[in-house]
Amino acid sequence: MTDIFKLLRGDPQDSDYKKKGVIVQGITGAYGSLHAKNMMTYGTNIVAGVTPGKGGQKFEGKVPIFNTVKDAVDATGAKISIVFVPAKFFLGAAKEALEAGIKLLVAIPEHVPVRDTMEVIDLANKKGAVVIGPNTPGIMIPELIKIGIMPATPFKAGKIAVLSKSGTLLYEISDALTNSGFGQSITIGVGGDPINGTRMIDAFDMVKDIPDMEGLVVIGEIGGDSEEMLAQRIIDIGFKKPTVAYIAGRSAPKEKRMGHAGAIVMGTYGSAESKVSMFNKANIPVAKRPSQVPVLLAGKMQQSD
Amino acid sequence: MQLLEFQAKELFREYGINLLPSIASTTIEEGRKHAKELGYPFVIKIQVPVGGRGKAGGIQKCQNDDEFELKYPQVLGLTIKGEKARAILLEKMADIKKELYLSLFLNRSKRCYTIIASPEGGMEIESVKNQIIREVGLGDVSEQVAREVAKEMKLEGKAADYFVDILQKLAKLTVEKEAELAEINPLAIMQDGSLMALDGKFVTDDNSNFRHDELQKYQEKTEIEERAEKSGFSLVELDGDIAVVGNGAGLVMSTLDMLTDNGGKPACFLDVGGGATTDSVYEALTLISKMNRVKGILVNLYGGIVKTTVVAEAFLKAYDDKLINLPVFARLKGTESEKAKEMLKGSRTKIYDSIEEAINSAVMGIKK
Repeated sequence: MTDIFKLLRGDPQDSDYKKKGVIVQGITGAYGSLHAKNMMTYGTNIVAGVTPGKGGQKFEGKVPIFNTVKDAVDATGAKISIVFVPAKFFLGAAKEALEAGIKLLVAIPEHVPVRDTMEVIDLANKKGAVVIGPNTPGIMIPELIKIGIMPATPFKAGKIAVLSKSGTLLYEISDALTNSGFGQSITIGVGGDPINGTRMIDAFDMVKDIPDMEGLVVIGEIGGDSEEMLAQRIIDIGFKKPTVAYIAGRSAPKEKRMGHAGAIVMGTYGSAESKVSMFNKANIPVAKRPSQVPVLLAGKMQQSD
Repeated sequence: MQLLEFQAKELFREYGINLLPSIASTTIEEGRKHAKELGYPFVIKIQVPVGGRGKAGGIQKCQNDDEFELKYPQVLGLTIKGEKARAILLEKMADIKKELYLSLFLNRSKRCYTIIASPEGGMEIESVKNQIIREVGLGDVSEQVAREVAKEMKLEGKAADYFVDILQKLAKLTVEKEAELAEINPLAIMQDGSLMALDGKFVTDDNSNFRHDELQKYQEKTEIEERAEKSGFSLVELDGDIAVVGNGAGLVMSTLDMLTDNGGKPACFLDVGGGATTDSVYEALTLISKMNRVKGILVNLYGGIVKTTVVAEAFLKAYDDKLINLPVFARLKGTESEKAKEMLKGSRTKIYDSIEEAINSAVMGIKK
């Protein structure tokens, strides 16, 4: 299993401990440049940008831009990349990054064809790399590193791990958690696509052994069965830390895609009832609305005291 | 996109999958011509993008002209699960020995294509216990794999050969057209031992549309849906009276759930995407103004970097332009919300601090 904290934070003896370098693919685009700036403001160590044809230029007067990911990796030694290219160019950009030795690829684009995602995952597995997304808000350790498009304000350093398919619900629920005194140790957006580089269950495996984690929040939605798989894993390993879930889309009609490519119920596959009943089986309360999550979490914390 | 049966069958035919003779029409005049070409007996099948057609009376046997004149308009006039008939397919009647099930689908948790086959066909696969499941990576099905599945199905001789051929063709079609689901149910064994696809379901990956110009003729969009797509919105029309608008699919779904829990009936799901601007919110209001059933609008915007004043401007402009004259119940999380509230004072848009308050007011306000 990949040690995600080693990638994001490093070990105290590393020269780049707590300031791991991040490459931004598509740094000169409107979207890429806006979020590159936001990440820098947050404190993320953006060491290079990649835009073919703009090699040699500088972003914001300080971040060097390269023509290829390989050039950027050679110059900086970075192992992390965040991709902002349009969906139809994602396959090429992701392959280039993985071939260049990137070990954590954060895939922001929405509307990536599923076949392209499957190809990227196949390559990532061969290279021993982690892909977060596509269609993800990103990954962050609050107050340390933000690799994504999430606003800074909802998040605060703390001891709750948050996994989410949705971006805005991640912000909304983290905000509610923060306001109730629950900071976050890590937040991972698995993404709203049918096929995810890091599934709910993979994200769980990444965070389940964090020594000082005090609780887990899972934000799911209709479609697929990744919530069910996660609940089963929680039962199987006897995971005991306080866990609360939220599932969006209970009232959505069947066979309609609700915004996210992956948010669709086919027959009974992907239904909210199926997810809620599996969480119930795992003794995990499911909030009826986002604002209820911290209340249920506080209740679970008290029980385990 | 989800293809209709006759469209799926066009693709099956193109890939050489065995089918009964059939012809699609949209009027009884066309249908009469097809009836002559086809000859009785045949089956009249409604073409709608939902299941459960048989139970709803959408599939009727037809033996002669009198039955045709009676049943064709009946079937064409049906509405099944809210879906009107898109076309009528006339299909030759068949002499069936046994019904099987076969599909390839995108297995989300295993992240690969997967074959599901069953010796029991003709019903919904979820209710079938005897399922043969085989993961096939990126969708390449070799003859050996197909033979193994046929063997598990206990098929022999001619039927096994036909099955292997159809499975390989279906896999090729699935991969080449980038389908999420390709289903033949039932796949019939005929009296002569050959196999035929009696029904077809085909769902493609919308995100791969840019690589499939040849499938665009199957795209069915209303004017509102087309405009929504152009603006980068996601829109699903529903049958209630409160339009629900927000940014982010998860947030809008969550808002629908809370509204429904409180007794409200959503008229649509409208996700304006990432950042909300004056223009995007104005366009969202324009689309809603075209939905006659809407009596009020519920807005839930969560913006870390969105200025709520920018959104407030869109509401004011929409009232000024007489685009809408509906009450708006809005929860705007973001910067400058006090100023936005001030701007909207006296207008028909009310801003609330929490979504729960906005929903309660919307449900009460619409009832009045």
